[in-house]
Amino acid sequence: MINAWAVALVVIKELYRRKDFYVLFILTALITLMLGALNFFNDRQIARYLKEICLLLIWLSALAIAVVTSARQIPAERENRTIFPLLAKPITRAQVVAGKFLGCWLACGLVLAVFYLFFVVISGSREHLWPLANYFQAIWLHWWMLAVVIAMTLLGSVVFSAPSANVTISMLVVIGILLLGRHLHQVALRLTEPGQTILSVLYFALPHLEFFDVRDLIIHDWGLIPWSILGLATLYAAGYTALFLTAAWLVFRRQNLN
Amino acid sequence: MNAILALENLRVEYRNREWGRTSRVAVDGLNLEVFRGEVFGFLGPNGAGKTTTLNVLLGFTPASCGAAYLFGVNVREPIARRRIGYLPELTYYYKFLTAEELLRFYARIFHLSSAETERRIDAVLALVELQSARRQPIRTYSKGMQQRVGLAQALINEPELLILDEPTSGLDPLGRMKVRTIIQRLKNEGKTVFFSSHELGEVETVCDRVAILHQGVLKAAGRVDDLARQYQGNLEQVFLKVIGYHDND
Repeated sequence: MINAWAVALVVIKELYRRKDFYVLFILTALITLMLGALNFFNDRQIARYLKEICLLLIWLSALAIAVVTSARQIPAERENRTIFPLLAKPITRAQVVAGKFLGCWLACGLVLAVFYLFFVVISGSREHLWPLANYFQAIWLHWWMLAVVIAMTLLGSVVFSAPSANVTISMLVVIGILLLGRHLHQVALRLTEPGQTILSVLYFALPHLEFFDVRDLIIHDWGLIPWSILGLATLYAAGYTALFLTAAWLVFRRQNLN
Repeated sequence: MNAILALENLRVEYRNREWGRTSRVAVDGLNLEVFRGEVFGFLGPNGAGKTTTLNVLLGFTPASCGAAYLFGVNVREPIARRRIGYLPELTYYYKFLTAEELLRFYARIFHLSSAETERRIDAVLALVELQSARRQPIRTYSKGMQQRVGLAQALINEPELLILDEPTSGLDPLGRMKVRTIIQRLKNEGKTVFFSSHELGEVETVCDRVAILHQGVLKAAGRVDDLARQYQGNLEQVFLKVIGYHDND
């Protein structure tokens, strides 16, 4: 665990010393400016519409940062050959994968915290509503969704040799799941065999990232999700994360680094 | 006397995927032992299999056949690398970190306490003469400074065995002299050093024993004096004779 934590700290340090973090601040500022227009014409519909746009921006930005950051971790280590002095130390490849995941996930957690903090402060100061439990549930599920995405992208980074290919494929898969995931089973039922079975298997095998999208909870001030459901969703995400990380380790541990 | 580095009938084959089942033998039937306190030179022309052998020792490449041991532990176990330090041929470190941060990161992997980490950072930076640049990002370092930070990271755990891959490669005469002085100092401290090099003069100066590898096969091994006597010449002449090079001029 100490070794994984050491690797994770370097990942976080790299993120805030690179340009990504500044991009994050610019995006946050943009979101803040948009929220500044809340209560425009004193119309509640517009306020909701703007909140929806802001949250969509947060989702897209966090997703981009998560995929791009995790996709380059192991390929960059190999390309820059920093993997050699690292693996010459008493560290296992499993610990390297775990450290990379932990670093990316914690860094994304910091990014989410910054985004949502601005959102909560400005939205709250305008609307004089502070549904903190709703925000907590939304952030928590969002963060766990990113855990699945990061683990999946790390797996891609040890399978595909080019990070750019991995970023493109991971992004397409994630956006595809978010947009089409919930409809797959309905489509499957309308198909004939073997298409029906194939699509049904795909529906049940894919991580349903759309479960974690609870933006409406904030936009429409809906009631809280039962905490037991939140717990189950967390376990669901943790299961898929562990599965992808194990697969990444199995591939990486056999790779010849010469 | 127990060997702290041992290779037993080591064979490494690389499969060429583009050409189906054909494979290239990089190292073939290599047996070698290095004992405590020795400075051991691992020599051979380019493509002889030196780096492949080091890659097996460090767990980067699996052996196709045979085994490699460090302190009696199979190199497939990460614990085998607990008491070693490794300097790669070219300097590869996180350029966004400072020397101090890099050393702290590696010290953490060796599970050193904070006080011990700081003590060792001070000691190794003093040894490689990088105290004044300790808080500068590594990307601002010259090649010689990067090589020295590489030596510092290799020494952070006070290793009993140092594995150096071409430690003076690409350095100017001053840089080479500094690295050579450090190796000499480590030798005087009783450390075991195993290093590959093309610089035969340097090897002759610092090594107790050498092994010469050619086309993946061990051609000669022994004390530098003994080999010089056996082949009637200095190490360069020994090397050329062993690899079968004949200068007709």
